[in-house]
Amino acid sequence: MPYTPHTQEDVQTMLAQIGIEDESELFAAVPEALRAKSFNLAEGQSEFEVFETFKALAAKNDTAKTCFIGGGYYDHIIPAAVDALSMRSEFYTAYTPYQAEASQGTLQALYEYQSMICNLSGMEATNASMYDGGTAMAEAALMAVRITRKKKILIDSGVNPIYSKIVKTYLAYHDLEVICLDVTGDQSSMDVALIDESVAGYIFQNPNFFGSLEDYSAIVDALHEAKALAIMSAYPIALGLIKTPGEMDVDIYCGDGQSLGNYLGFGGPSFGILATKEKYIRNLPGRIVGMTDDKAGKRAYVLTLQAREQHIRRNKATSNICSNQNLMALRATIFLSLLGKEGFKALAEQNYHKANYLKEELAKIEKIKIYNQNPTFNEFVIDVPMTSEQFLSQMREKGFFAGLKLDALYENFDNRVLISVTEKRTKAQLDAFVASVKELV
Amino acid sequence: MSATVFEKSHIGRCGVKLPKSEIKHAKALDDSLLRHSDLGLPQLSEFDVVRHFTNLSKKNFSIDANFYPLGSCTMKYNPKVQERAAGLDGFANLHPHHITNEDTDAMQGALEMLKILEDDLVEITGMDAFTLTPEAGAHGEMSGIMIIGAYHKKKGNKKRYVIVPDSSHGTNPASAAMVDYEVITVKSGANGDMDIDAFKAVMSDEVAAVMMTVPNTLGLFNPKIKEICDIAHAHDALMYYDGANLNAILGFIRPGDIGFDVVHLNLHKTFATPHGGGGPGAGPVGVKKELIAFLPDLRVGYEKEKGYCLLPQSPVSIGKVAPFFGNFMVLLRALVYMQTLGKEGMINVSKKAVLNANYILARLKEHLDAPFDTFCMHECVLSAATLAKEYHVRALDIAKYLLDFGFHAPTIYFPLIVKEAIMIEPTESENIDTIDEFCDTIIEAIALAKTNPKAFEDYPKTLPICRADETKAARSLNIRWQER
Repeated sequence: MPYTPHTQEDVQTMLAQIGIEDESELFAAVPEALRAKSFNLAEGQSEFEVFETFKALAAKNDTAKTCFIGGGYYDHIIPAAVDALSMRSEFYTAYTPYQAEASQGTLQALYEYQSMICNLSGMEATNASMYDGGTAMAEAALMAVRITRKKKILIDSGVNPIYSKIVKTYLAYHDLEVICLDVTGDQSSMDVALIDESVAGYIFQNPNFFGSLEDYSAIVDALHEAKALAIMSAYPIALGLIKTPGEMDVDIYCGDGQSLGNYLGFGGPSFGILATKEKYIRNLPGRIVGMTDDKAGKRAYVLTLQAREQHIRRNKATSNICSNQNLMALRATIFLSLLGKEGFKALAEQNYHKANYLKEELAKIEKIKIYNQNPTFNEFVIDVPMTSEQFLSQMREKGFFAGLKLDALYENFDNRVLISVTEKRTKAQLDAFVASVKELV
Repeated sequence: MSATVFEKSHIGRCGVKLPKSEIKHAKALDDSLLRHSDLGLPQLSEFDVVRHFTNLSKKNFSIDANFYPLGSCTMKYNPKVQERAAGLDGFANLHPHHITNEDTDAMQGALEMLKILEDDLVEITGMDAFTLTPEAGAHGEMSGIMIIGAYHKKKGNKKRYVIVPDSSHGTNPASAAMVDYEVITVKSGANGDMDIDAFKAVMSDEVAAVMMTVPNTLGLFNPKIKEICDIAHAHDALMYYDGANLNAILGFIRPGDIGFDVVHLNLHKTFATPHGGGGPGAGPVGVKKELIAFLPDLRVGYEKEKGYCLLPQSPVSIGKVAPFFGNFMVLLRALVYMQTLGKEGMINVSKKAVLNANYILARLKEHLDAPFDTFCMHECVLSAATLAKEYHVRALDIAKYLLDFGFHAPTIYFPLIVKEAIMIEPTESENIDTIDEFCDTIIEAIALAKTNPKAFEDYPKTLPICRADETKAARSLNIRWQER
């Protein structure tokens, strides 16, 4: 058994110390009637055999086509140093840093993570990560309810519809009202007339799920006037270029961190970002790292404000979250350190320019219509002269995952496809994409 | 040495060269849409970054370098082949929106992997079906309680309460509260089990669920568990099994056979996926037949013509608790481990985990207080109460002393019902030499406590920091780097 070290001799020594003859005596407390009725599993295999099985499974997945699918999960560059550093077993085989003296590496990295997320978003406080962008949004909605003591959450028409569903699941058990605004186009369908004293929070996304950009500052002001909170979701790469949650004075920023140095991995693990204003920090769920001194006056990092958390406060905690996505947040910290101020800005700009180049080239094709009226960052929606299903399957034959079929998420979107372009796409790939679309239509 | 990455920044450095961009630039965005504030990211070369994080990593204890006997956390060895499998291009670079696109051809391998895992978890626990979506143990608990809530709603049951024993993990009451149930805490009896009379006294038709950890957080198996299940079921309350301690019972007990209706597993514990300094984990939830319809979206099915496919969402499903299949790559690592062990390997895991814990108990029970005079399962709870009373050396002091000798501290002050608790879970991975050294070090600490208790004020002495000022951390909050 490669993962259990016990020799026969070890077992005998241990049994003698315990004062028993056989290991089975240790299970005597379990009555025979409660023993497992079945345990019909396959025999164990060698590492080699198991790896062969997984190689065969991996080969049944298709990652070979040029990817234009986005929708919250993006095919960005991941520098080799992100893998090399995050795969150091001192990081990835460590546990939650409850013993600060033995966890300064993890704690300092998380403090740096918190600092970078605050700087990137213009917010004042954040935690050491949530599970993903969707659950972070749900926790943001619950925060707004706790802070305002009001019961209505408005979700904008441009919010990722998968995230809206998660928010609805989380809020369904409390006496709360969740209203999703109807889609009326690529822009937000928010109307300030909807903001009254009953609103706890309004959730919007920028760039929204259709890729469109807007300035929500006026809506945020109207929300504050009504003592409601503004909750903004944003894809962090976009924040290298676009107006930040802080610049729009939003109260809670949430998002998914996959794009910051994490693999697509069929959706997980990524991590959730949840950031807020300092005055709301006691309502923030999750772990928070703070800088302090040790007894000798040396700089030290610890988990702080733990009285908000489940292991101290139990059913009165701000959330039940315990495990988070620390390793993925570490990857983001390394990713952001590598790109730095200049590199990150250039990365965001490259996404913007490449995607808009493709959008303009596709717009020149007579039978393709661009759905977006608003400017877009690195995603946009096209109307194709066939069903989106037909379009995607024919593009697959030409070697492309050409985008996201929107009819699974929206009504009357049968011929709409969301297309995403990252810095990884070359001009040659973009031109080949345009040529293939021309042939199809 | 502990300078932040921001303090190492120099204007003009960059650690990444971006791909070429040979296209004509698009027209600039309107000023009202643009960022005007500084990005505030540090500027370093690749090598600067590598050295910074490599040096940070050296300031961590980790399972690969240190014995980590954290009770209830099951810090066992994480086999390296998991990382090799997770690195396969067909998994690492697989886009989750193939699910939305219903492009099952592109993801046959991923769906097959998930189905194999679900079937194995069903057999291991004796449940009828699993959702693989929840992303951590607590997330699984919340999902499980939502499923219970949906069940009662469908039946028109009026339920207000969830019962938890006072030895439970903090996540249990917190998860019940996430689903808006009121929590009733039942105290433990002298034997460490939930007091059955106290339980009966609070049980009523208004109880939605009883959440139990088996073996409990004292590392003990409750022989009255069947009786508790029967009483709960008589009131149409459902039995919830917190699977955090599943490592003790693989192949010996199945929650489904005992009468539990819902169970969550912490794959990062029992099935050895690396915990990454606090996450990720994965918290699949298993249910009995009557509850399958309430499971969250998404689930994998198999059809002869189409192969592996996605099952349509049930009309009474609790909905989505996470995007897609949660922490897919964690699920994958767990299955790698499970297939390597197989049936006999898994049974052996529990046998050796229990053997190791009892060996530690046997070696230490003369030196510390042993609150329960019985064998334990996979972890043992001892107490420093006498030491604290007679010499003012507390569980925390012993914990900090151990750090200096390269041992991660055990869990201390949990479960809350044992004074000065020291909860040790060695797991099956550790060999007798390490365990002996650990026990010897504790015995030495106790000897020191009796002769020079003041010495404990200074531990740890050899780590990057000595004891941190947590009061200052909370009072003058500094949670992000700001140029001063």
